Amino acid sequence: MTTRIVELRRGILKKNDELAAGLRGRFTSAGVLVLNLVSSPGTGKTAFLERTLTALRAKGAKVAALVGDLETDNDARRLASSGAPVRQINTHGICHLDAEMIDKHLTGWPDVPGVNPATLAGLDFLFIENVGNLVCPSSYDLGEKIRVALLSVTEGEDKPLKYPTLFNSADAAVITKIDIAEPCGFDRDLALKNINEIRPGIRIFETSAKTGAGMDEWLQYLADQRSAR
Amino acid sequence: MHELSIAASIVDSVSEAAAAYPGARVKEVRLKIGALASVIEDSLQFCWGITVEGTALEGSKLVIQTVPVSIHCAACGRDGELESLQSFRCPHCGEPATDLRQGREMEIDSIEIDEAEEKV
Repeated sequence: MTTRIVELRRGILKKNDELAAGLRGRFTSAGVLVLNLVSSPGTGKTAFLERTLTALRAKGAKVAALVGDLETDNDARRLASSGAPVRQINTHGICHLDAEMIDKHLTGWPDVPGVNPATLAGLDFLFIENVGNLVCPSSYDLGEKIRVALLSVTEGEDKPLKYPTLFNSADAAVITKIDIAEPCGFDRDLALKNINEIRPGIRIFETSAKTGAGMDEWLQYLADQRSAR
Repeated sequence: MHELSIAASIVDSVSEAAAAYPGARVKEVRLKIGALASVIEDSLQFCWGITVEGTALEGSKLVIQTVPVSIHCAACGRDGELESLQSFRCPHCGEPATDLRQGREMEIDSIEIDEAEEKV
């Protein structure tokens, strides 16, 4: 019997990373800006996205969304009211989306005039609403250009400190439900400080999907990011 | 709780690599896991036992080396390790740190195998 050490130096999620890199290449050549929205359950990702899709469509942009949940297509039906093509991904117990699920659900979709479903050419924005979870989605690259971490005023200002792995991996942060910040006793300065402590210099948007507060700034950011490609 | 999917990915990957050594037994699988990788060691160890059952890796030991988060500070030009994940600041000068050099690793570093002796 001989004992031998075999060096592997191989990424554990190599398959996912390779698939994600392939998707990213595809998104870049199609000219579509892809965002991955991550937060706890109940932060208001769906309401925020609904408002975003509606506003972008009103500006004439071609948008689509993939939405992940363990079960039900409730979110897809809600988002579809924006008029944008929306496809539900049910993970059936898995706590995050992965690149393979994205790849699979992009097959033959979206079927809208002016968009080539095989290449996604013609699409301006693709939003991916991840499963509500602040831990596992941070490890899975979906090929997105921008990862957005969302936090609502009801969750506590220390959420970024509790989940540093996710907040540190984000490219932008969105605070939701600011219309109820005051009754919730939300300490805005502390929340901004905590986000900056974990991800220094990150762009932060303070929004309300209900009143529309902060949405103009967010939409401007999306437009800038898209033209910055 | 994605440690089960992670354990399954490791088993797939290691089984594939070990197939190059027919008859060999995998004794140890050594990982490098960054402090920012969102992987809980205890949970991964627990899942390991379940995942390897009935596979060529049954009975193998999982050894996890945690890689601290290290940064390069643009302000003072030095490299350093973060003392905690509560504050991403240069440990030398205290300026905010955005340039992460390590700490997100999720890597199978190496495996230790017992090779079957060749029959003469």
